[in-house]
Amino acid sequence: MPDPSAPLLEVRDLVTAFDTDAGQVRAVDGVSFVVHKGKTLGIVGESGCGKSVTALSINRLLPKPMGKILGGQVLFEGQDLTQLSPEQMLKVRGARIGMIFQEPMTALNPLHRIGRQLSEIFLLHKTKDPREALAMSVEMLRLVGIPSPEIRVSEYPHQLSGGMRQRVVIAIALACKPALVIADEPTTALDVTIQAQILELMKNLQREMGMSIVLITHDLGVIAEVCDEVVVMYAGRIAERGPVLEIFENPKHPYTRGLLQSIPRLDSPRKVKLNTIEGMVPGLLDLPTGCRFQNRCPHRNARCAEVQPTVESVGDHHDVACHRWRELSPLEVRS
Amino acid sequence: MSEKSADQSRLPLLEIRKLKMYFPVKGGVFMTAKAQCKAVDGVSLVIRAGETVGLVGESGCGKSTLGKCIVRLNQPTSGEILFDGADLAKLSRSEMKPHRRNIQMIFQDPADSLNSRHTVGNILEEPFIVHGIGSEAERRARVNELLRTVGLPAGAAERFPFEFSGGQRQRIGIARAIALNPRLVVCDEPVSALDVSIQSQVLNLMLDLQRELKLSYLFIAHDLAVVKHISDRIVVMYLGHVVETASAEEIYRSPRHPYTRALISAIPVPNPRKHRDRIILQGDVPSPINPPSGCPFHTRCPHVQERCRVEKPALRTVATTAGIEQQVACHFDL
Repeated sequence: MPDPSAPLLEVRDLVTAFDTDAGQVRAVDGVSFVVHKGKTLGIVGESGCGKSVTALSINRLLPKPMGKILGGQVLFEGQDLTQLSPEQMLKVRGARIGMIFQEPMTALNPLHRIGRQLSEIFLLHKTKDPREALAMSVEMLRLVGIPSPEIRVSEYPHQLSGGMRQRVVIAIALACKPALVIADEPTTALDVTIQAQILELMKNLQREMGMSIVLITHDLGVIAEVCDEVVVMYAGRIAERGPVLEIFENPKHPYTRGLLQSIPRLDSPRKVKLNTIEGMVPGLLDLPTGCRFQNRCPHRNARCAEVQPTVESVGDHHDVACHRWRELSPLEVRS
Repeated sequence: MSEKSADQSRLPLLEIRKLKMYFPVKGGVFMTAKAQCKAVDGVSLVIRAGETVGLVGESGCGKSTLGKCIVRLNQPTSGEILFDGADLAKLSRSEMKPHRRNIQMIFQDPADSLNSRHTVGNILEEPFIVHGIGSEAERRARVNELLRTVGLPAGAAERFPFEFSGGQRQRIGIARAIALNPRLVVCDEPVSALDVSIQSQVLNLMLDLQRELKLSYLFIAHDLAVVKHISDRIVVMYLGHVVETASAEEIYRSPRHPYTRALISAIPVPNPRKHRDRIILQGDVPSPINPPSGCPFHTRCPHVQERCRVEKPALRTVATTAGIEQQVACHFDL
């Protein structure tokens, strides 16, 4: 009998590497987090920090043969997904875990009608009857708020606007009422007013269907709007993780603090110097020993250059990977 | 406007009058024009010396097309672009050339806008060669000076664009734009492709350069928090039209147009405690090939009335704060 309070997904010490001409690089290097039932976990970080690779690793969609999971576990509904055969994974992917991609135009096949693309998932997991699958598709389009779905179902992706296409992608992801949806930058390609529509839709559907969401984004505004918990990633590792209020109001890692201080806000003074995080992310091929953030960190000391910090608890489910978090003064974050 | 009494800095540097940019939509066997895409449909705006005007709106509203008209990468259909006593909209290629020194552009994606087969030094030297400025040694010295100004090492001149990160490439793009000491720089989404931590570095650089070189910016972007941070005045476009313009402070404090209100309320706020009542617009932006009658926003407006469907509202001044007028194109005082 499964424990109802147990997390839906638990990622433990995940290590994912890619073979490149210059050698093997670890895009994700020892990442752990849990996702609770019906909750939304946000993963935030800059390009190349490993947030998308984490998502692809959970869903076992890494490009082959370059990408492989070297270690760790992905525990989901009582099984370790890293140990499943490709055939067993087919029963999980789409049925129990849905995926929403950034670019709805590339996520959809331009040569097939919307109805066929949606029916496919019903035919794989739910029914053998194509007509029933099509009827289910129309129902699904209605659920994600597409007007006159009986007409849209026989249209092609190019006939829909960007926002409508993303609704179709969401319909496909949610078709089998999955327990978990992984959304990789679902609104980055959309305009703000359409982004607001899509985020609202995802929140409403979560309320109705009770699924958990892993939301990957670089936009701290989106994180603050929709997430319950946050994981901040930097150069393949976890910098900080915790409940959303803790991360925004009591950030401990110098990187999280730098990010929060460097974004312009609507209510901050105009034309003044923004705080910056100096320098750049190190390349995955020439990572420093010790802390990966050291070259940009205003608080670094000798120990940071030698010893890689481990994730330690700050309290209240709030964890940070920094040697010096105890010494940092509370951060003044503008509201 | 009381420009006569105002000081030098209030004089318009660039004035756009009723600018229209229609693109033909071709089709059929002979590829004849079947329809017109009204990307910019009668826009007027003024940029003053030393001022930053933020141009915001959603994809397809015509903001980039307007920017390209100003640097004449597009040939406008009608209207005037007054700069330095000339109407840029009517100039030939050769007549335009001397003005290009004064109006430069920064593009969104620095990976696409820098020639990957040229060294950074060659890319930055090219503007001087095109305009016949300086000897070779002088040009090289100026290139090194430019690299220093935008915060790149002098050795960068020998390297190729792909050897740099996104933020550094955008610095190269900025160095090229300021090479000839322009007076106006049209910036088309200059920080949208950059990571958050790099974005603030580039914005700081742009603010410093504006102060040092007395630049005016037309800052085109969709991220309203970024636009508000860098702009003095903001112009909101929708479907080829200006729907509202005001000072940067005022447009956030008291937006008047229902579209501006929806746009501002749609921005996700990086504060988990603030969950505002959001105005969620229904539907999508109509096509500029077949724009709606009357007010361009009436198909999505929560306050739509019969009059909006038939009569196009003109921009009218509703308030003046600190010498900057707030203008709105809406029939009603909402």
